[in-house]
Amino acid sequence: MATTPATKLSYDYVTHAIARTLGNPGKGYYLLLGTAVAILGVGIITLLFLLRYGLGLAGYSHPVYWAVFITCFVFWVGIAHSGTLISAILFLFRSGWRTAVYRTAEAMTVFAVMTAGLFPLIHIGRQWYFYWLIPYPNERGLWPNFKSPLIWDEFAIGTYFTVSTCFLILGLIPDIAAVRDLATGWRKKLYTMTSVGWRGTNEEWRHYTRGYLYLAALATPLVLSVHSVVSWDFAMAIVPGWHATIFAPYFVAGAIYSGCAMVITLLVPIRRLFHLEEIVTVHHFENLSKLCLLTGMIVGYAYVAEYFIAWFGGNPIERAAFWYRAFGPYWWASWTMIICNAFLPQLLWFKKIRTNITALFVVSIFVNIGMWFERYVIIVVSLAGEPYTPWANAAYNPTWADWGIMAGSFGWFFMWFLLFVKNFPAVSISEVKEVLPPPRLGAAKAAVV
Amino acid sequence: MSVHLPRIPIPLPQPLHDIFRPPPTPGVLGVFGALDATTAAIRHLKRGGYHDITVYSPIPRHELEDALDQPVSPVRMFTLIGGIAGCATGAWITLWMSYDWPVVVGGKPIGSVPPYVVIMFEMTVLFGALSTLLGILFNSALAARRLGTITWDPRFTNDKFGIFVPCGADKAGAVEALLTSAGAEEVRRG
Repeated sequence: MATTPATKLSYDYVTHAIARTLGNPGKGYYLLLGTAVAILGVGIITLLFLLRYGLGLAGYSHPVYWAVFITCFVFWVGIAHSGTLISAILFLFRSGWRTAVYRTAEAMTVFAVMTAGLFPLIHIGRQWYFYWLIPYPNERGLWPNFKSPLIWDEFAIGTYFTVSTCFLILGLIPDIAAVRDLATGWRKKLYTMTSVGWRGTNEEWRHYTRGYLYLAALATPLVLSVHSVVSWDFAMAIVPGWHATIFAPYFVAGAIYSGCAMVITLLVPIRRLFHLEEIVTVHHFENLSKLCLLTGMIVGYAYVAEYFIAWFGGNPIERAAFWYRAFGPYWWASWTMIICNAFLPQLLWFKKIRTNITALFVVSIFVNIGMWFERYVIIVVSLAGEPYTPWANAAYNPTWADWGIMAGSFGWFFMWFLLFVKNFPAVSISEVKEVLPPPRLGAAKAAVV
Repeated sequence: MSVHLPRIPIPLPQPLHDIFRPPPTPGVLGVFGALDATTAAIRHLKRGGYHDITVYSPIPRHELEDALDQPVSPVRMFTLIGGIAGCATGAWITLWMSYDWPVVVGGKPIGSVPPYVVIMFEMTVLFGALSTLLGILFNSALAARRLGTITWDPRFTNDKFGIFVPCGADKAGAVEALLTSAGAEEVRRG
């Protein structure tokens, strides 16, 4: 795999170029941050209404009791996946190009899981009883039901959040030490504390590199397991449209697909705001878009397989569910999903598109929209389409409360992400240096020694 | 009438202080701008009988690892033990909690292992990752304590390599000459 092409870069240049992202980023940054905080404010106000008046404000109507909140939960967990893919799986494959983008992807993972974790709490309605989710004996000595995929999900998401945070922090330590030695004032104090005394001795590197390798080895099966477990939240149920064995790989591919698209969406403005054009190059975007193309094809295949099996399997209930999905009242959601996720990324076959940052940005936004609708279609449309429950009466429509919470989640995510890139090295300093040729005296001088 | 007893200062053990601020170690520090000069100096020092040297570098490099020829980090044992402990904990909480208050769900056995494998796997990863992190911190702190407080330079996190050789004043001159001849840009005693 090719390494960073800009081989003329020196260690000193890399340190200073990345440390520059910690300086004053200008008006554009504060405008984005202000917008994120304002949108988060909308979400908080909506949440206060939900707390006061209950979940009736959201659009739940029988039999659709898993709706936009769960859609957002799955969407954000999915976004989180490419971070660990890029940082752990590509690390094990020794892909040189990951070094410039993996920190952004990893931070995105941590903040996306943080966002996702809020949705089950909002969805439960009585948020002040959230601790009932934790396995502890209640007053009657009753334990949680470990045969339920919802409990597996809690363990999976909790582990994923903890491990991806460990991974992010571990990768940050040598880089924080590098900016610590350039910083002054309160930042010097912050980085001195957060770099836990890192000096770059051979002993530190010996334990660090070994530990990093094992963390990557642990995170690799974890990332595949987490979205599989999320998919089993649905696949273990008997709702037509959910009960399918393809769900685990289908969800994992979709998660990585949406995550890679989100990395592109985030990197384009970050690269421009912080002038990282020499470090995060078109080459990196091209590789990310190839990952998008690959996972997008798997997702497209899964769509075809779902419809094919629904027809070929001959089960009239399954057939009806998929007919309802494509041509029922929610046809627009299904076709948005299919067009954005399966057809639009075919543009990435063209090198002209892959190397055009603006075009990639637009495609990535459409993939994000498509992936949100994929979860909406799977969750809401499958539930709305089952006419087998008594009193299944109403068509589901999200209300202002649903949209307010969803918007708030974007504000919450972008706020954390923007604060992170401003205050910590957004590109790995030590790993970008690793793919550069090291400074050498040359053969002549070495021979003298 | 009161008796004034003499106050005898009793030194209290300060384990944390010893770990984070170990006593200073005398020695010589060489600052290098090039990787090949650093590896050459390491080989020379090892041949000269200096084995407890500390090498500073902004990035991990295999050339340095090869020159130093250190044993594999014991962090892997932390990962293994953490992982096994996590798997065991996962098995224990699911099975014990199921039998502690037996409720038949979906006509399945009380202790049905296949669904519990998910919890066991997640706990393996969780405990394994946390103990790996602890292993890195613990081993690095232990190494720092063994080496003592040694001279360091802030350029080592940017673009310079460094070698610290612990030695008394009698040998410092020879070490300085060796580091300089290997291509050190700067040599100082600390």
